[in-house]
Amino acid sequence: MDQRLERILPRVQKPARYVGGEYNAVVKEKASVDTRVAFCFPDTYEIGMSNLGMRILYQIMNDMEGVWCERVFAPWGDMEAELRQHHIPLYGLESGDSVGDFDVVAFSIGYEMAYPAVLNMLDLSGIPLRAADRGDGLKPLVIAGGTAMYNAEPLADFIDLACIGEGEEELPELLTLYREAKREGWDKPRFLRAAARIQGIYVPSLYDVTYHDDGTVAAITPRDGAPERVRKRIVQDMDKAPFPVKSIVPSTEIVHDRVTLELFRGCIRGCRFCQAGYVYRPVRCRSEKLLAEYGAAACEDSGYQEMTLSSLSTSDYPQLLELCDDLEAYCDSHHVSLSLPSLRADNFSMGLTERLSKGRKAGLTFAPEAGTQRLRDAINKNLTEEDLMESLKRAFSNGWSAVKLYYMLGLPTETDEDIIGIAEMANHVIHCWREYASNKTRGVRITVSTSWFVPKPFTAFQWEPQITREEYERRVQLLREHMTARAVTYNWHDGDTSFLEAVLARGDRRLGRVLETAFRKGAHLDAWQEYFDLSRWYEAFDECGLDPAFYANRERKREEIFPWSVISCGVGDDYLWRERERSRETVTTPDCRTRCSGCGANKMVGGVCRV
Amino acid sequence: MSEFRLRFVKEGRAAWISHLDLLRTFQRVFIRSGMVIRHSQGFHPHPIMSFVLPLSVGQTSVCELLDFSTVEDLPCEGMAERLNPYLPEGVRVLSCAAPVHPVRDMRYLEAEVTLEYDNGVPAGAAGAVTALLLGDQVVVERRNKKKQMVDTDIRPMIESVAAREEEKALVLSVRVQGQNPGVNPALLAAAVGRHLPEMKPDFVRVRRTALLCEDGSPFC
Repeated sequence: MDQRLERILPRVQKPARYVGGEYNAVVKEKASVDTRVAFCFPDTYEIGMSNLGMRILYQIMNDMEGVWCERVFAPWGDMEAELRQHHIPLYGLESGDSVGDFDVVAFSIGYEMAYPAVLNMLDLSGIPLRAADRGDGLKPLVIAGGTAMYNAEPLADFIDLACIGEGEEELPELLTLYREAKREGWDKPRFLRAAARIQGIYVPSLYDVTYHDDGTVAAITPRDGAPERVRKRIVQDMDKAPFPVKSIVPSTEIVHDRVTLELFRGCIRGCRFCQAGYVYRPVRCRSEKLLAEYGAAACEDSGYQEMTLSSLSTSDYPQLLELCDDLEAYCDSHHVSLSLPSLRADNFSMGLTERLSKGRKAGLTFAPEAGTQRLRDAINKNLTEEDLMESLKRAFSNGWSAVKLYYMLGLPTETDEDIIGIAEMANHVIHCWREYASNKTRGVRITVSTSWFVPKPFTAFQWEPQITREEYERRVQLLREHMTARAVTYNWHDGDTSFLEAVLARGDRRLGRVLETAFRKGAHLDAWQEYFDLSRWYEAFDECGLDPAFYANRERKREEIFPWSVISCGVGDDYLWRERERSRETVTTPDCRTRCSGCGANKMVGGVCRV
Repeated sequence: MSEFRLRFVKEGRAAWISHLDLLRTFQRVFIRSGMVIRHSQGFHPHPIMSFVLPLSVGQTSVCELLDFSTVEDLPCEGMAERLNPYLPEGVRVLSCAAPVHPVRDMRYLEAEVTLEYDNGVPAGAAGAVTALLLGDQVVVERRNKKKQMVDTDIRPMIESVAAREEEKALVLSVRVQGQNPGVNPALLAAAVGRHLPEMKPDFVRVRRTALLCEDGSPFC
């Protein structure tokens, strides 16, 4: 271990997250590898190690002979200060070598608020922030992937390329090309031109963007043979996609400290606000027997005694009952507790929850998202109050006494009636509890939480404005006034982050300057309330002559070219626009299993989705 | 059922694993190795295992002891080989045996406290430091049960100190009380910093080397 590092560790919180050496961490002989990848997660160790995508790709890259992939996480503020003070560059956890010396620096970016951390990690590594300032040498190649990269434009100046879609096949292809380039001594421009020919690879520098006087995009023109449209990559057959059975077990506690079993990708539901629901299409399931095997093997290898099933909507997995039978048999005999998040409010799901809870009555969580049936229909959230009350009736009579309800404020077409509807729904929950609770002496705890809706690219609401801050605050106030029951706790999301998120989510590459300016002003780990400060961002917008409201609060026209128009997620704009129109008419769209509504994602799996 | 006392090394990167995290790690290590640890009875059963004397984060040790018992009868032989493949880097089982002494018989601990001086060891440091630590009283700031910092004399807990000079470092081989009350060897270095400010080290390392009974025989 670096002696300088050893000296600062006694002074920082939770030093175990900065040293590596965990069980199953991959350490390779340096002489046996020609390509070193620093896999960077722009958030803390506890968050990053909880990310399944990170674990999958770590394994895939390290399964490549000649490639060594190491992990890098964002340091907490105290550690960052020590690193900077002692001039210790950011390092890979496995080898301790400086990130700046790696061949490939790869970021996994789940959401927009991580952008400042990306810049900060480059800076802490001593790597020039802007791709243009890094010269023509092949290394370090700075790449980024993850859901946020469906609109990579705000990072366009800083990354060499973005990987769009799922990385299982895309990343090895890219690394293979990199190794060829390294062997043959290509410079970076040549490599990037070649990489742009791989499906799913987006090289921002190969596209010229021009703007209209009103600030909207006039044209995006590819150069040097880069494709007109970059189509996302997916894994066709989930049974052939590697599952990280043998995965790192952190020596210190992380957020999701358990085995996570990914049942399927995609979602059949089509909630109109949900980016994940659109960009992860089409639905692809893993076989039930394979999942049961993975689950048991992962518990045995890790020693974890907790397992969770994960997917966008777990209860939509076709063989969920069989899978739970198989897993329960294993878990019961091995003292492993099994949990099922993202369940729907229906009888089937409640039955499963009861069965797996084994007497533990932790809180139940539901996400109605909107307070009235009209608005729920408009956003295509297929949940009726009746279903919810049926589930709660059952839960309360079986001894549950804590319920969390999640909503969004500012959804398109929302009226005051919809907002008051949230308070009314909470009151109905109390009445339901009074009527059916098996044990009233314990009381009931109902938590209502609202967030501020952020319109995202590749959703039916990508054309919609985010409501203004004043309006958001008015709606929060309105709901507070109507939330009178003492049994209800009302939490609302702080507006600052959601506003910036709305700006960055649909931002163009001109925001690169804003990002860099905000970073220079101290925006380093802005996904954390402790470090986030909106005033820095306002100053940065001012200095760059850009108006954040242009990005967040402007309604787009159908024909507008979006900054992300060059990317294709498989679901076409025509379909999304149709969904938007249906939303205005309060017409719901059936789920993919009931009827195909022709979103276009089926073309990615040969024409027919196996939902 | 069998009872065991595991002797293991904790060094390198593993020095930064906290006491609670190490406990969790060992729980998983036993599961990985296929061994079934005896659990407490009751509503929330937890595995019965405990470290004889917890080690501070950042310190290393060649003599850590973990007590545990298994549901089935198992031999001590082969235990190290069985567990070592499943441990994180820096933790290594040396041996395993049935506990000889009850934990209350553990009396002293021995450690090497290395005072590092980047610009060379100050002249006369060995003598001055030894004289300080074996003098009439050694007052240091220590957290009391109310979590306040209070001055305490740790001299009664210091049994022996021997200093030897190495390149840019003064190595103290110390024997101090391990419990009732015990003293963290790092406090000896803190005393040097406080009472001999001109000899305040640039960095301090602590390596635990032995746990002993009252009569000085190895605690095992």
